[in-house]
Parts: sequence; C-alpha cells; structure tokens
Amino acid sequence: MRVNVNKYSNNNGAGTMSRDQRSTIALETVRLTKTYADQQALDGVSLRLEANRIHGLLGRNGAGKTTLMSIATAQLFATSGEVRIFGQNPYENREALSRVCFIKESQRYPEAFNVNDMLAVASTLYPNWDAAFADRLTEEFRLPRCKKIKGFSRGMLSSVGIIIGLASRAELTLFDEPYLGLDAVARGLFYDRLIEEYAENPRTIVLSTHLIDEVSRLLEEVHVIDGGRLLLHEDTESLRMRAYTVTGPAAKVDAFTAGRRSLRREALGGSAHAALLASSPSEQAEARAAGLETAPLPLQQLIVHLTGHNGTIREGLA
Amino acid sequence: MSFPMDDGRPIFQQIAEKIEDDIVDGTLSEEGQAPSTTHFAQFYGINPATAAKGVNVLVDQGILYKKRGIGMFVAEGARERLVLRRQEQFYEIYIVPLLREAEKLGIDNKQLAVLIQEKGRG
Repeated sequence: MRVNVNKYSNNNGAGTMSRDQRSTIALETVRLTKTYADQQALDGVSLRLEANRIHGLLGRNGAGKTTLMSIATAQLFATSGEVRIFGQNPYENREALSRVCFIKESQRYPEAFNVNDMLAVASTLYPNWDAAFADRLTEEFRLPRCKKIKGFSRGMLSSVGIIIGLASRAELTLFDEPYLGLDAVARGLFYDRLIEEYAENPRTIVLSTHLIDEVSRLLEEVHVIDGGRLLLHEDTESLRMRAYTVTGPAAKVDAFTAGRRSLRREALGGSAHAALLASSPSEQAEARAAGLETAPLPLQQLIVHLTGHNGTIREGLA
Repeated sequence: MSFPMDDGRPIFQQIAEKIEDDIVDGTLSEEGQAPSTTHFAQFYGINPATAAKGVNVLVDQGILYKKRGIGMFVAEGARERLVLRRQEQFYEIYIVPLLREAEKLGIDNKQLAVLIQEKGRG
C-alpha cells in the first residue's frame, strides 16, 4: 500500500520555533536499493533527515530499517543509489564517519570485554566522547563494570548500547531498537537522559523501532518504512492531528469513509469503527456533523494500520 | 507520563494549558519561576522543542517572561488575565455540552438548575 502524503499545515496560530540553525541535512539517501540473492531489502528509498531533530524510523521487523542504517553508516554496500552524511559520501570517509554513531541492535561485543573495556574503546572512536557522562550513565543503569559482557542479558546489552550512543555525543546518532529487554524503569531513564542531552547539546537522533507508543511524543519527524520502501514521511505533530477514528452506525460510517483515506474498518453488530488519515483540517468536524463520534488515533495504531498486510478492510467476527 | 497527551490537540497547546492551570490554581505564583523546558520535556516525555513551543505561546501572550540566563517567570497580573479568559470560555466548554447531554436524557433546564443547587449545597 502506498500512501500519498497530503499534508496540511497545522493552523494553530502560534509562533513556530526558529529552525534557522536546524536546516542542514544530517542524512540523505537517494533511490537507495539493496538486493540480496533472494530478497529486495530496500527498494528505492529517498529520504532526508534534518539535522538537530529527533527522528523516528518506524516499521515492522524486516521492513528494511537496519539495512538502511547499515548502508547509511557505510557498514554495508548499497546495490544502487546514493548516501550522504552531512553532505558527504560516508564510504572510506573517516571524517564523515567520525561524526556518526550507530548502535546496532544485534551488535556483538568481544566476549572477553567488560564495560570498562567497551567504554575505553568507545572513547577512541568518538571525537566528542564524554567520559563523565558515560560513567554517570553506567551507574544509573547499574551495569557491573568488571563483569565480562559474555554473561550480559539482552537488557544489559541494550544498556551498553544506550550508554555508548548517548555519551558518544556524535552529531548523528542512530539507535536500532534501543530498548529491547529493558524494563520500564530503564526505558524511562533512557528517555530522560536522551531529552536532557538533546536539550543541552542538540544533535541528530534517529530512533529506529517497531515499539512506538512510548517514544511517539519524543519524535519530531517520522519516517515509515515498509517492505523496503518509504511509505510516509511527516512531521509527528501534523500526523497526530491527521490520524483519527470514527465510530457510529455502520451505514453512516460507510457513507462517511467512501472516497476518503480509510485505513481500517471494523464492524460490531450494527455499528462500525474506522481509522482514517484526514486530508483536510475540517474533516473531523465534518465527521461529527455527520453524526459520528471521533477520537484521535495513536501513532502506534496508525503505523500498525499502515503497515498491516491483511488488507485494509476487515469485518469483525461478531 | 500520566498526562493525557492524546486528546487530539497539539501537544504544545496542552503544555501551555497545563502551565496556565498551574498559574490559575496557584501552584505557580506570580513572579515565581516556571520549570525549564527541559524539565517539562522530561516530565511529560516529550520533545524539548515541543515543550519550548508551548512555553513560547505563553511568553508571546505576556503570561510568562524570560529573565536572561536565569529562566522563565510568571508575569504580574497573569493569574487575573487567565481567570478572565477562562470565564469567557466557560460557557462554550462546560455549559454547552452539559445542556446537550441533559437534552439527550430529557432533563429540562429547571431540573438541571435544581441538580446544580443541590450539588452546591452538598
């Protein structure tokens, strides 16, 4: 399913923050394609991530998020297409790559290493490394400094990645599924430290994840990847305002959704429920005028509907 | 956090309203210092740019003002101005939906008035 992004501006009347210092592009791909023997992992992905924002790279497992980030950070070759990091080709480009930190979900660390060893290595890799910040985070995440990483749980490994990613102070920091295995307290700590760090030292952050709810309010822009393609790119706030649901008598719901961008419809008895992406700011008021109840659709649900592959229309079983 | 951020309105607007609430009910006193945008962002788990936008709405309205290098403060007279504005909005926001629901349930205005008076006494 291809969604034509038809944005409308938020007519909120409030002064927008000056974006003057934020207009550089941290990462750009042009028609990026990656083909494995039996699989098209990326299919012509063109995206631009503006610098000094928090971006969400969202999509299901296997959508191509990790492949995209691996190519963007020169850890994998593209089959075709272009990549630029702060305007430069990253391949064999030490200068460009020194500005990037990519925390891979599947990162393997040398088994004999402990946290102290890892932090020592990281301090040589990242020019802006903040050792004091790394020490503080290690304590807050309660990681044993001298225990071999070999014995670490999934959550502890995620913590190591978060510490390195945050303390790298890299201008472009990409986190791939950063909070797998972390409990609610540790995730809360991650969001807290990320917000604090980002407020004090603005930099470009990419959070790649399929678990969207908790981070949706942190993201300024979302890029949805599905089946190796870029499905949607939009300012999070504008997307939040556009995604909504209508509930009411089935006939009224159907009459309203006909000709509109309906993502999903469910019926229960005589009433129906549909998820929509508005193409005008007045659409939700029109729905209410038509006798339907409207409610905001959470970003997580929107992405599930956009990237679900069992068709957009599903009747309830009742 | 626990703040209901998904009520369908822009988050920055909800942040501005939350600060207004705190001024109206006296949690933030006039000439008192408001929390920094970083604190707002952390407390609600939102992007700092969004928090700053919410704060700036109130700066533009003269409810908050900046002291360079120190932070954000509540302006003198801010509470009175907010209360006046909210009184003007009271009818639209509270009375209109109340009357609509009452009509749906067959409660007429007389009965409604009695209900309100009883509640006021209790």
